Amino acid sequence: MTTRIVELRRGILKKNDELAAGLRTRFTSAGVLVLNLVSSPGTGKTAFLERTLRELQARGARAAALVGDLETDNDARRLGASGAPVRQINTHGICHLDAEMIAKHLDGWAGVSLADLHYLFIENVGNLVCPSSYDLGERIRVALLSVTEGEDKPLKYPGLFNSADAAVITKIDIAGPCGFDRELALRNINEIRPGIRVFETSAKTGAGMEDWFAYLAAQAKPS
Amino acid sequence: MHELSIAASIVESVAEAAGKYPGARVKVVRLRLGALAAVVEDSLQFCWELSTAGTPLAGAALAIRTLRVIVHCDGCGMETELDGVQSFRCLKCGELTADLRQGRELEIESIELEEPDKIEEGVEGQI
Ligand SMILES: Nc1nc2c(ncn2[C@@H]2O[C@H](COP(=O)(O)OP(=O)(O)O)[C@@H](O)[C@H]2O)c(=O)[nH]1
Ligand SMILES: [Mg+2]
Ligand SMILES: [Zn+2]
Repeated sequence: MTTRIVELRRGILKKNDELAAGLRTRFTSAGVLVLNLVSSPGTGKTAFLERTLRELQARGARAAALVGDLETDNDARRLGASGAPVRQINTHGICHLDAEMIAKHLDGWAGVSLADLHYLFIENVGNLVCPSSYDLGERIRVALLSVTEGEDKPLKYPGLFNSADAAVITKIDIAGPCGFDRELALRNINEIRPGIRVFETSAKTGAGMEDWFAYLAAQAKPS
Repeated sequence: MHELSIAASIVESVAEAAGKYPGARVKVVRLRLGALAAVVEDSLQFCWELSTAGTPLAGAALAIRTLRVIVHCDGCGMETELDGVQSFRCLKCGELTADLRQGRELEIESIELEEPDKIEEGVEGQI
């Protein structure tokens, strides 16, 4: 018997990365800004998106959303009430979205053409670990954190927070009763992802949303 | 539990690469995983055994090398290897830096195969 070493030097998720790169090219040429929203279950992704979609529609922007969940289409129905096109992706046990699921759900999405959209939001499956390895072709990855979760979330999940392009602190309307230490949370986020844009918002009252819309508009501008 | 998806991706890549060497058995699969890759090693080992059981890859070992985070500091131009993943500061001047040079790897470095010795055609007769 002889031993042979074969050098591979190959990304484990090469297939996903290649598919995602293809999607990114497609999104760029269609001129649609794609955002991937990642957080724990219950952080308020759907509530934040409901408000975002509603408000964008009201301002005449065309936005759509893909929403990932293990089961049920509850979130898609909540988001659909905004009038924006929304499609549910059920992963049936898989704890993250991948590029193939995105590609599959873009195909045959009745009435939706990427070229007609300004924004496409992807609500990932509620999970702070697994989605961080899977590129979906997004241009902006948004990590969300609610005031009820503890200020050290970024330190506990550096893989995600370090890969994010923007961070959103949600539910600031209940920051007081929760004893939320704002300075500490901001410091922890900045320690893991120095210089990242942070938005402090409430989907309930609308606080902080103006900054977010200004950011979206600036990012969507063709450079 | 994305370790199961990761294990499945490794199986697919390794089976394809090893397929070019008929008769060979895969002994070791070497991985390079960045400290920020968000993979739990024990969990991956478990999923690897699960995914390879009953396949030609059964019994192949998974050798995992974890790579620390390396950041580049704009202030002093130094690259530093960080001890952990809790703070992204240059060890020399203490500046925060977002310029990551290593730490997100999720890579199959190499595979080690065991091949039966070939009896070259025509060689026998010459001895
Ligand atoms: N007080 C308050 N509650 C919120 C806010 N956003 C979401 N929630 C509540 O948090 C829970 C989870 O929200 P949801 O949007 O479903 O979270 P997701 O799992 O991240 O999509 C729901 O009960 C929401 O009503 C907010 O801004 N303020
Ligand atoms: Mg949701
Ligand atoms: Zn330095």
